[in-house]
Amino acid sequence: MPEPQSGEYDGRRAVAARRAPDDIDRRLINALQGDFPLDETPFARVAAALGLSEAEVIGRLQSLLDDRVLTRFGPMFQIERMGGAFCLAAIAVSEDRWTSVVEAVNAFPEVAHNYRREHRLNMWFVLATETPDGIAGVARRIESATGLAVNLFPKEREYFVEMKLEA
Amino acid sequence: MNASDLSILIAAGTEATAPGALATDELDRRIVLATQGGLPLAPRPYALVAARLGINEDQVRARLTAMLADGRIRRIGAVPNHYAIGYTANGMSVWDVDDAVIDAAGERVGALAFVTHCYRRPRHLPDWPYNLFAMVHAASREAALARVGEIAALLERDFGGACRGHDVLFSAGILKKTGLRIGA
Repeated sequence: MPEPQSGEYDGRRAVAARRAPDDIDRRLINALQGDFPLDETPFARVAAALGLSEAEVIGRLQSLLDDRVLTRFGPMFQIERMGGAFCLAAIAVSEDRWTSVVEAVNAFPEVAHNYRREHRLNMWFVLATETPDGIAGVARRIESATGLAVNLFPKEREYFVEMKLEA
Repeated sequence: MNASDLSILIAAGTEATAPGALATDELDRRIVLATQGGLPLAPRPYALVAARLGINEDQVRARLTAMLADGRIRRIGAVPNHYAIGYTANGMSVWDVDDAVIDAAGERVGALAFVTHCYRRPRHLPDWPYNLFAMVHAASREAALARVGEIAALLERDFGGACRGHDVLFSAGILKKTGLRIGA
């Protein structure tokens, strides 16, 4: 089966971007993956560093989010440090049930990310709950909603996490 | 969990916290709720969050600063759709590494420049023998596989025989990517 290409795989790809970023967008995305200022007018600070106006930075950011080139903009919380838990989970979904299972799984607010992957275990998602005990509960509810076994892959140790990707 | 459940939890002294959890009071939690969907796109985003919460802007900035400093916030910024910025090959490489050397191997693999996430996770025997997960992003499947080959070579060179097998699970699409959403 051919490898699906970016932007041409709707139906399987719920989060396809609507356009490619231009050069200014890429500079902005790279700048915004660093530390966003915590002063009163942070967009003006970012704009000054890039030689853009504050209004252009805000306008481009809105457009990049609207067109799904960015999936979000804001603080990335480490819920484990607040007493909660993240957990990677995977299920094996048959092709004929794919669309309904995607809908059922994505309907859970505890599902933070969900990816299709090429394997017998073809749906991999991240659960985020406010207490460590919450993971088992939401996994059981996903099993009830889908009739499929949820395999949990809790993080036992974190060796490295880099949240930035150069655009 | 809804808001009333959480007030009970906080009133009870937040018994069910994870190891390494840091004190997070009700105001921190309200700031999480107000910003988990994203920061307002306006010249003074923190003032808008403050107005929504009925507090002042300095409090919002101070609380966010403190959460960044102690790691409750990893960073504040943009999360790209990696397909849209050219990383069309997203491979989750998984490795069956001898428990005796898993942590040393994980540290070495995690230090490679092209590995964006690296974790130890439990095996699910007999179907899933892999205990080391290393995410590799690249512009093509060939480039991603070449990087996976570099990981294999590193493991063989530094931990000869300790890696008993591996696989790569390529992403065939993002189905959801909202980040965490705790209950309001």
